[in-house]
Amino acid sequence: MLGFIASVIDGVLVGLVYGLAAMGITLIWGVMDVINLTHGTMIVAGMFALYLLTSAFGISPYVTLLPALAGGFVVGVALYWIAVHRMVGRPPLMSLLSTFSVNLVLIGVATGVWGTVLFNVEVSVPGLTLGRYTFPGVHIVAAVLAAVIAAGLYFFLRRTRLGKAVRAVANNREAAELVGVPTTQVLSVAFGFGVSLACVSGVLIGTLFPFTILTGDSYLLKSFIVTVLGGFGNPVGALIGGLALGVLEGAVTPFVPVSWTLVIEFVLFVLVLIAFPGGVFMRRSRAL
Amino acid sequence: MKAHHLFAAAAVLAAAPIFVTAPARAADADTIVIGMTESQTGALNVDSVAQQRGIDMWRDEVNAAGGIKVGDKHYKVKFVVYDDQSVGGRVQQLYTRLINQDHAQFLFGPYSSGLTATAAVISEQYGRLMVITGGAEEKTLELGNKYLFQAITPAGSYLAGAVQVLASKNPHAKVAMVYSDDPFSKAVMAAAKDLAKKAGLDVVIDESYSPSTTDFGPIVNKIISSNADAFLGGGHYADGATLARQMYDQKANLKWVSLLVAPGDAKFASLGPAAFGVTTGSQWELAEKFTPQFGPTGAQFAKAFFDKYKIEADYHSASGYVGGLLLQHAIEQAGSIDTDKVAAKLNAMDVTTFYGKFKVATDPKHHGLQVAHKMVLAQWQRQNGKLVREVVWPDEAKSANLVYPINSTQ
Repeated sequence: MLGFIASVIDGVLVGLVYGLAAMGITLIWGVMDVINLTHGTMIVAGMFALYLLTSAFGISPYVTLLPALAGGFVVGVALYWIAVHRMVGRPPLMSLLSTFSVNLVLIGVATGVWGTVLFNVEVSVPGLTLGRYTFPGVHIVAAVLAAVIAAGLYFFLRRTRLGKAVRAVANNREAAELVGVPTTQVLSVAFGFGVSLACVSGVLIGTLFPFTILTGDSYLLKSFIVTVLGGFGNPVGALIGGLALGVLEGAVTPFVPVSWTLVIEFVLFVLVLIAFPGGVFMRRSRAL
Repeated sequence: MKAHHLFAAAAVLAAAPIFVTAPARAADADTIVIGMTESQTGALNVDSVAQQRGIDMWRDEVNAAGGIKVGDKHYKVKFVVYDDQSVGGRVQQLYTRLINQDHAQFLFGPYSSGLTATAAVISEQYGRLMVITGGAEEKTLELGNKYLFQAITPAGSYLAGAVQVLASKNPHAKVAMVYSDDPFSKAVMAAAKDLAKKAGLDVVIDESYSPSTTDFGPIVNKIISSNADAFLGGGHYADGATLARQMYDQKANLKWVSLLVAPGDAKFASLGPAAFGVTTGSQWELAEKFTPQFGPTGAQFAKAFFDKYKIEADYHSASGYVGGLLLQHAIEQAGSIDTDKVAAKLNAMDVTTFYGKFKVATDPKHHGLQVAHKMVLAQWQRQNGKLVREVVWPDEAKSANLVYPINSTQ
């Protein structure tokens, strides 16, 4: 029983990070109906920012969240103008192919520079124990920071002028333009924030597990599942979706062979798509 | 753009490779063309590139020495190498191309059991001799082939040393077996489970995980719940390293940890204390002291490799190099580059190189399966505060004593 409880708690901790990782992709989809297939690579970019900054300057891994946030935003805005801007308002397949192509280029260049060798960032934070089970301190810190960042995004979207503009564009771009919102700039800012969130989640994941240049693929896949669970275009729902996914992984593993976990996740994915085509939580038009 | 314009553009794009590809031509009279794919991109990149470095070094040394001696002539070695992107479908296309368009006379297998199985179908179909240096799974060599020759120890023996040593240290060990759901890992672990049972060990968990698993937290909790005191498993690179780190972070309190493949790479040391005590079956370690019948000694190979690449040679590089060395020896012995004559020499070969012994099964059901080469057991230990990989088994090759149990010293 203690093992089950420990696994569920572990699921909650990792689930919050999964949720944060999915927030970027769902924010971008919510605002401009673009599926950003560079999302996984941007998560890995955050991991590399963590590794390079900590090894070069010896700074605390958590301090690297700030440069990752800022750098991710700049990269995101640039990416918007290079690969996405001309695709907004066109069939979703266009932006899908566009971001897919950019992703191939990024992965190819990064593989040429670093190969797919393993990187590991050692972070020492005291953990908590429950009987024979240990919850590493890095997992607890990452979960708390993920929740804080998610709350920050919620505050930004609800309480700031720019956040309200983002929500207005998401709800009705033409109407937003009619009342003077510079929608193109808002779209680029929203894309920048989406990439920024991916980078920040990459920093947090990089403190938990070793990584390679290809690690992002797994998190992109998880982000899709989380997005479906939490509702398309709903960043807050993504956090709840991430939690649900983490708890599911934790709760199922003690009872079934571990190879079944992924099968169960994808069965749930399909069931949710059938039963709640817009996601379990609120519809996108009211989501942001 | 109208639909017919789109189709026209697509047709031009599709036809482009036809025009940019150099026309195929027969090899020069004094050149031997050897074809292979390398995973320059994709998940198998690290180990595949390491293997290719060894193969490339063999080619460069052979050509610098004037080429392979065939009767009175010397043949230079020319490679045709393509990136298979770690994808089986690409391997199928590229090995066909290597044979039909590039006229490769001999082949080296790609890295990994899965890709080797795919390449073997093509090489056998066209009757090309292929030396396997990165595919350990036995199944590929149990299909009645004629031209496959495996230079490395098959998967079934990967953890034989680990099980033997573990049983000698703790005859009643409770073993958790958790491994990647891929052909290589499953073949290794099925054999290890049989060996563990024969040795009287208690296998308390036997489960596979998806290769895309990112968080092993719940799995580690399951291992803790099972009261296991020994762990055998893993798969390839990233998953094995993540498992090692999470077992350490979550204080799984294991006395013994054996992982496949990942600890064979020097970067495994970047895990810090999580790497300490982890054992792995290794195809080759510098500490091994074989007296080669031909080719360099282990020390000479390691030095030449370091001088060329400025990195330490690992067993993947050694496997690649020895594949070339064996093929060269067979060609020289045959005095011909005829496939059947060279294959006959490889069938009859029973030799020792710096890499260890080489002899393959010649019965039709297991033709080409390696039967003589033995693996060693290596363990990450601390030396002057630095993590180094030491050979701890067998006794005749060991460079340090085994650290057991590891949980009291981590």
